[in-house]
Amino acid sequence: MANTYVQIGSTVTVGSGGAASIAFTSIPATFTDLCVKFSVRKDVASIDTTLTFNGNSANVSSKYIYGTGSAAGSASAGSTIYSLATQSGDTANTFSNGEYYIPNYASTSAYKSLSHDVVNENNATAAQSYLTAGLFSSNSAISTVTIAPTSGNFAQYSTASLYGIKSS
Amino acid sequence: MAAGSTYTPIATTTLGSAASSYTFTGISSAYTDLILVATTPPSAGGSVNLTMGNGSIDTGTNYSWTYLRGNGTAASSSRGSTDSRIFSGENATAGLQSNLIIHFQNYSNTTTYKTCISRYNCTDTVTQATVGLWRSTSAINQIRLAIGGDSFAAGATFTLYGIAAA
Repeated sequence: MANTYVQIGSTVTVGSGGAASIAFTSIPATFTDLCVKFSVRKDVASIDTTLTFNGNSANVSSKYIYGTGSAAGSASAGSTIYSLATQSGDTANTFSNGEYYIPNYASTSAYKSLSHDVVNENNATAAQSYLTAGLFSSNSAISTVTIAPTSGNFAQYSTASLYGIKSS
Repeated sequence: MAAGSTYTPIATTTLGSAASSYTFTGISSAYTDLILVATTPPSAGGSVNLTMGNGSIDTGTNYSWTYLRGNGTAASSSRGSTDSRIFSGENATAGLQSNLIIHFQNYSNTTTYKTCISRYNCTDTVTQATVGLWRSTSAINQIRLAIGGDSFAAGATFTLYGIAAA
């Protein structure tokens, strides 16, 4: 069977103390694409999370389209790739879920563009969905992927998994 | 194909020089669905167009599409019918990385028209979700991506995966 869509490392599950971030480090350059799948909740009243690469928050940007249940719109972020979590005060036991797909992540000659979809449905008055184009403006291979809340911590039972997709 | 094999690489290429299009040919009918993953930097910029066919690319007006997109300021939707391509995205900056991921469902059946759903991502133009239709009951064994009036830059990558239901 083709060696593709292989889990890299183990699924991270946040423990009872919460976590300031979830990071996948020492990612091998042996795959073609990367895919991160996550389910997260924050312990503060804030839904925003971010994605960074190689331990550095610089050189990222994004453009996204969003829906809130009552309106749709689009926005850009010049130095952030935003994503969504459910937040404290949302319906208990609800977590956002999303995916980052990063083609050609190991290239040392091209910037890295990515595709991101996420929702934080929580059976309450408001929820959001984002479809995002992201860019990591670096020719360095991606060896670390970090998702983090913009404030507070990820709550217990938040999870994230990393997969490698191989073209041969 | 081994039993249980899925998300199997079918073909991949990295352009060594600029090219106006890239075509996958001879696609096996052994899978259930297909996924195409491309990084699509342009030489200058233009619309990213998808066509397909059986034995040859269908250049007729047998396609339709509907997209939902955001340009950083507003969300919008549009559609085209009786078109000669599925309008899948657009880029405007030479060499800027973008990507396109397309899912083709039930691509090899010979009784129904073929649908696909895609996500295009470019931070200088749009993030876009598109549904497309090819009005043919032929199995898909060729897929082409092209940039209208332009070329994919050297370094563009194109990979096709097969998804097997069993």
